[in-house]
Amino acid sequence: MELSYDIGGGDFVNAGRASSAVKGILKQLNISAVLIKRVVIALYEAEVNVAAHASAGKISVSITKDVIRINIRDKGPGIADIELAMQEGYSTASKEVREMGFGAGMGLPNIRKNSDTFNISSTPGEGTELEIINRLSN
Amino acid sequence: MKVKEIAERTGARMLTGNGGSSREVRFAFSSDLMSDVLTRDYEDAVLITGLSNLQAIRTAEMSDIGVVIIARNKEVGREMVALAERNEIVLLKSPLSLFRISGVLYEAGLKPLF
Ligand SMILES: Nc1ncnc2c1ncn2[C@@H]1O[C@H](COP(=O)(O)OP(=O)(O)O)[C@@H](O)[C@H]1O
Ligand SMILES: [Mg+2]
Repeated sequence: MELSYDIGGGDFVNAGRASSAVKGILKQLNISAVLIKRVVIALYEAEVNVAAHASAGKISVSITKDVIRINIRDKGPGIADIELAMQEGYSTASKEVREMGFGAGMGLPNIRKNSDTFNISSTPGEGTELEIINRLSN
Repeated sequence: MKVKEIAERTGARMLTGNGGSSREVRFAFSSDLMSDVLTRDYEDAVLITGLSNLQAIRTAEMSDIGVVIIARNKEVGREMVALAERNEIVLLKSPLSLFRISGVLYEAGLKPLF
């Protein structure tokens, strides 16, 4: 099954819509609650990152009998130092983002924690791409 | 503890439709930082927060948190109520501060999650 969603930069009203839709679909597929939670938490923090840090993003979700693979690609400032950005507590979030309950530099580490395989790449000035892969069986 | 008792002890008003008052929770977690809420696992838990926005409800949805209390009578938007209802989250609003809600419910027997 292939799904895709658009995310708007700065759009905190709609951030979470894709995660919500994916959660509903995974429930219908009778996937375990523990795995659903891992997938949607990772996706939700990634959605929030596009809203908080980028100008537009696209999510593609591919579900097979073995794996849930999510790709989030955005247009935005990108990340110059990925190793630094991955550190817990590192954040360049604005005051507005912090007032939303985010911007503590915990998103990327939590995305990695909730992924079986996590890949991140970025071109400064162009954008960022994340891949979040979770296996259905172990 | 039933939601009804939580509401009574904290002077809270239930903002989502009926049916939620008989829901039962055993644990509670207080936070305004949604990223922090999202790092933990919940079962039978209530989230107590001073953050009154859509992301607080989204966070509860993603974290499988069934009951949310908004502290200090912060204004709760209609969209928040609708989102909570869609996700079968019981949404309450209390005039008490985050600290007092936490204290009252702790004393009444709700267990800390962490
Ligand atoms: N999609 C993105 N585009 C540009 N920068 C990003 C993106 N995602 C994360 N970052 C950068 O990495 C930092 C850390 O991200 P994260 O751990 O999610 O924390 P937070 O979003 O709370 O700041 C951000 O503050 C930002 O500088
Ligand atoms: Mg983030």
